[in-house]
Amino acid sequence: MTDIIIIGAGTAGLTSAIYALRAGKNVLVLEEKMYGGQIINTPDIENYPGFKNISGYEFATNLYNQAKELGMIYKNEKVLEIQEDSNGTKTVVTDKETYTAKAVIIASGAKNRPLGIDREQEFTGKGVSYCATCDGAFFRGRDVAVVGGGNTALEDSLFLSSYCNTVYVIHRRDEFRGDVREVEKLKAKDNVKLIMDSQVTDIIGEDMVSGIKVKNLKGGEEREIKVNGLFIAIGQMPDNERFKNLVDLDEKGYIIAGEDCRTSTAGIFAAGDCRTKNVRQLVTAAGDGAVAALAACSIS
Amino acid sequence: MAVITVNSDNFEQEVLKADKPVLVDFWADWCGPCKMLSPIVDEVAESSDNVKVCKVNVDNNQDLAFKYGVMSIPTLIVFKNGNVEKKSVGLISKDEIMELL
Repeated sequence: MTDIIIIGAGTAGLTSAIYALRAGKNVLVLEEKMYGGQIINTPDIENYPGFKNISGYEFATNLYNQAKELGMIYKNEKVLEIQEDSNGTKTVVTDKETYTAKAVIIASGAKNRPLGIDREQEFTGKGVSYCATCDGAFFRGRDVAVVGGGNTALEDSLFLSSYCNTVYVIHRRDEFRGDVREVEKLKAKDNVKLIMDSQVTDIIGEDMVSGIKVKNLKGGEEREIKVNGLFIAIGQMPDNERFKNLVDLDEKGYIIAGEDCRTSTAGIFAAGDCRTKNVRQLVTAAGDGAVAALAACSIS
Repeated sequence: MAVITVNSDNFEQEVLKADKPVLVDFWADWCGPCKMLSPIVDEVAESSDNVKVCKVNVDNNQDLAFKYGVMSIPTLIVFKNGNVEKKSVGLISKDEIMELL
């Protein structure tokens, strides 16, 4: 039996691993994709204490190597569910194996929220993108649309306005949730068009995106806009449905746990973006990692 | 087999006229997921002799990226007999790459 199984190798998961390994525990980290989590998409991190500037890739790779050198066992497997025996032992079932542990730390993170319209998935990478800083350069001189009303959508729109011909910003409400200052900056741009009270209902194109259908939610009329790129910036969503037999989730699917990272089941902890919290930052993910690991160490 | 760096000048010779399937990795220096994928692509190159593995830096070869509809990186494209056989966008595992091939 493993002392502690950690689900997810993002910042929270790998920080948990480092703390638990340094406490002398044996640790198995299960990650379905690659280590690093969301931060690997960030070219420059400038708000992590002690680092004026580091790339997300470098940060994640350092974390991974640090845990690896301490003796982390790392496996590329997708966790399907957790079960609990009558004596409190946790069984973690993956797509390949079944493992047992005294404690489990869920650090499953969050992923980009899709719009949920037809053909969105089919067109991902063919005009539909969830990362303007990653993909924006491929749309130089073309027309694009950004969907969303928060800071990410506003920042993405500003970023794209320096590359693209026209940027349509589509938001379902009549005002933005993001900073007023960012909105003012956008309004000052000649090549940015704000389309309020509206929703994207369809994507048009054969092999690649060639346009979108946009519906006005107040008047109900629908129109077509020609764009090659559709950038979706409507926030994150967690991926915790598979754990709900043992841990309580809030209405958005985040694991209900306080700053102590304790969930509704003893011996199962939630760390990082997957848990209910107000601030989802790199440094709070790392903080959770330490808190969850030390709590898990005390019972394993 | 070693990984071959290709550009607009040698793309036709190395990729389109190759006598076996070619896996082409479109990447850029500023792209984190590309850096994660790169060593996996190297492993594929090491472990299989029936496939030729090439890498294209999209910043230096925007024409190739445009021609093959690369709109997000990393993008992997499998060419067979000069034609696009399969395309995959984003970071994937070695197993998933082997499935493409």
